[in-house]
Amino acid sequence: MPLNLALAVAGLRPKIDVNAIGQTPSQPEVESSDAELIEAVRSGNVSSFEPLIRKYQPRVFATARRYARREGEVEDIVQEVFLKAFQKLHTFRGQAPFEHWLMRLAVRTCFDFLRAHRRRPEISFSDYSEPETDWLQQLASRDAPFPDDAAMAREVVQRVFEKLSPRSRLVLTLLELEDRTVKEVAELTGWSVSLVKVQAFRARAEMRKCLEQMLRRREL
Amino acid sequence: MKLDELQSKLLAAARGAPPSDAVPYAFEKRIMARLTARARLDPVSFWNRMLWRAAVPCLLVMLSVSLWSFLAQSEKGGASLGTELEDAVFAPAYAAIEDTW
Repeated sequence: MPLNLALAVAGLRPKIDVNAIGQTPSQPEVESSDAELIEAVRSGNVSSFEPLIRKYQPRVFATARRYARREGEVEDIVQEVFLKAFQKLHTFRGQAPFEHWLMRLAVRTCFDFLRAHRRRPEISFSDYSEPETDWLQQLASRDAPFPDDAAMAREVVQRVFEKLSPRSRLVLTLLELEDRTVKEVAELTGWSVSLVKVQAFRARAEMRKCLEQMLRRREL
Repeated sequence: MKLDELQSKLLAAARGAPPSDAVPYAFEKRIMARLTARARLDPVSFWNRMLWRAAVPCLLVMLSVSLWSFLAQSEKGGASLGTELEDAVFAPAYAAIEDTW
């Protein structure tokens, strides 16, 4: 929810959830029930944490799938996010929605995962399949991508991202794939706005270098 | 070929395929089981942690007391630690005997 996050960052609370248009108008109730559940968990009722998991796990799964390929790794990340959330629930001050706090935790857990599971660069490019490099050549010659390209593009981007440093991968995922603003990325990562900009610049350069090597290898 | 353009096109195309938000069946139960298991283990783990933390100070106290007793003994030169301990332990008994005389 980029708009909501932007408002939260600016210290404002959205009166209407723009993403919930067309859905049942139960947002204020949901917000208050989140607060009630959190309070119940804090006072020792562990089972009150289950509805919170059920509500937010699809978002956390989608986020984790951007950083991990294997489903086992994704499940480990999500599990760690919720275990951390439970442990650190006393630090949640309730000034921003619980979802934003949880997503910040999720992004940081994914970043830790990337740092811990960094692929070695020496095994790079040999694992690109021929259809992927062919498709990239075709994409380069076209004016704009076709709608059918999305799945293959995602696959190629995943492979290219695996060659990037964890910081570069994180910043490109948040800025380019999730379409977030620099301010939102700074809020999620805990970095300063200027650091996000510098990282984004370096990450784009790193990605271009990877693409260039990939295409050059195809030509050889 | 312009790499900037290719990069933009690739990222724009990839944006059109967001990852799935599907959740494995009863995943929340799995996390809850972990949480309750952890809560159940908590008293034991707390006791365990405390014992480990106490081990080093206890060892230090033991070593310093041993060192102190040896140094005290060597300074006095005469009576052994055993004799002193015996005197200290039986001091009330000796006092009682002296009182009866």
